[in-house]
Amino acid sequence: MVNNIENRILENDKRAAARLITMLENKDPEGFRILKSVYAKGGNAYVIGITGPPGAGKSTLTDKLVKAYRKKGKRIAIVAVDPTSPFTGGAILGDRVRMNDLNTDKDVFIRSMGARGHLGGISEATSAAVKVLDIFGSDIIFIETVGVGQSEIDIVKNCDTTIMVMVPGLGDDIQAIKAGVMEIGDVFAVNKADRDGSARTAREIEMMLDFNKTLAWRPPVKMVVATENKGVDELVEAIEAHREHMLTSGAFTTRRIQNAKSEVVSLIKERIEQSILDNAHNEDKLSTFSKEIVSRALDPYTVVERLYEEIKDTIHIK
Amino acid sequence: MERPIRVLVAKPGLDGHDRGAKVIARALRDAGMEVIYTGLRQTAEQIVNAAIQEDVDCVALSILSGAHNTLLPKVVELLRGEGADDILVIGGGVIPGEDIPFLKEKGIKEIFTPGTPTQVTIDFIRGNVNR
Ligand SMILES: Nc1nc2c(ncn2[C@@H]2O[C@H](COP(=O)(O)OP(=O)(O)O)[C@@H](O)[C@H]2O)c(=O)[nH]1
Ligand SMILES: [Mg+2]
Repeated sequence: MVNNIENRILENDKRAAARLITMLENKDPEGFRILKSVYAKGGNAYVIGITGPPGAGKSTLTDKLVKAYRKKGKRIAIVAVDPTSPFTGGAILGDRVRMNDLNTDKDVFIRSMGARGHLGGISEATSAAVKVLDIFGSDIIFIETVGVGQSEIDIVKNCDTTIMVMVPGLGDDIQAIKAGVMEIGDVFAVNKADRDGSARTAREIEMMLDFNKTLAWRPPVKMVVATENKGVDELVEAIEAHREHMLTSGAFTTRRIQNAKSEVVSLIKERIEQSILDNAHNEDKLSTFSKEIVSRALDPYTVVERLYEEIKDTIHIK
Repeated sequence: MERPIRVLVAKPGLDGHDRGAKVIARALRDAGMEVIYTGLRQTAEQIVNAAIQEDVDCVALSILSGAHNTLLPKVVELLRGEGADDILVIGGGVIPGEDIPFLKEKGIKEIFTPGTPTQVTIDFIRGNVNR
């Protein structure tokens, strides 16, 4: 048992923070009671997303970025998200392997999360963890996540600055990435710049970014070799420039308000869905009507109209 | 939705082989657990820091180096110092039978010697985590 979490978390107590994150992952009502009681103390941490294809060097780069920010005396937290097996629900969360030196730094807190198996989705779970680590007293929170899949993309949408990590030789992949997530990157890092083709990859990214000339912020593209700590200071400068832009242009607050709005909407959706499905009567009706939709006795639109009026009253927002 | 059991799999000591640790990590994952894998050459301090931050239910230590009689009790002792003695600590690897009673007395709940089927370890973790 971990007692007195609400006071301990304000005193930078790691065990209290760690346990509160677990409670929120579990949707434990006591966890939400505690988070609500300390929520007003937060809002001070800057949140940096690190995304890109698997194996691009995100964890290695995060380790180096954290070391650079530690030199500036910043207190750091990292939330590292790794894929979960869709078959067993299990996962091997291995990002800490690349961050071993950070393990004995008392001003660094690292939390690993499996991508699946969270009620409401991983983006909700990471967002709760970020709130805890902010209140706990972190100056900067890094979120590492693979840049494939909508739920992972939703995570980085919630960050103040998002770094898109690319590597040479992505070939056609770069087209796919362009379609999905290019617009999410505030800063681009071409990692593994010790390899052939990195200059070309950087040029391709620059060209894609130049297609969109209406941007208020033109994302810079930086070459780095994470394993050798090369180009990391320049990357930090680019991050700081973006942060400066966010704060002076007002985009920082606008983005946060937008994120708060979408968070509330998704929490409401989740509540309503849960409330409907918790009611066995509703489940039965849904099943019956669904069969009739398939046999064409009814259409889905009529079903929605009929059910809405009835189901409305069974929604209990706890 | 049932929350998966979280296990920190760590390899304390100076030897450079983590095959045993990786085998058990994969077996636990396949059994539906979330395994936080920290890699080679972990000190007791690093293991305990990770266990606290990750809020794991179990710490599984794989050790070959012969330093088990100091390293394993040190992990338990440091966890106790952090008020985290509710975390289940188990060990595996080449550990002579005559050392096992001492280790258990020091708070390592079970020792799995080479050749133990992974299912035995899985069942032990499921049956002994405090949650
Ligand atoms: N050649 C080279 N390899 C790198 C570089 N950065 C990371 N790596 C390697 O790429 C592999 C994947 O790194 P990791 O940080 O785990 O990638 P992640 O999956 O994106 O988090 C590891 O073997 C790293 O050592 C780099 O700048 N150059
Ligand atoms: Mg990684």
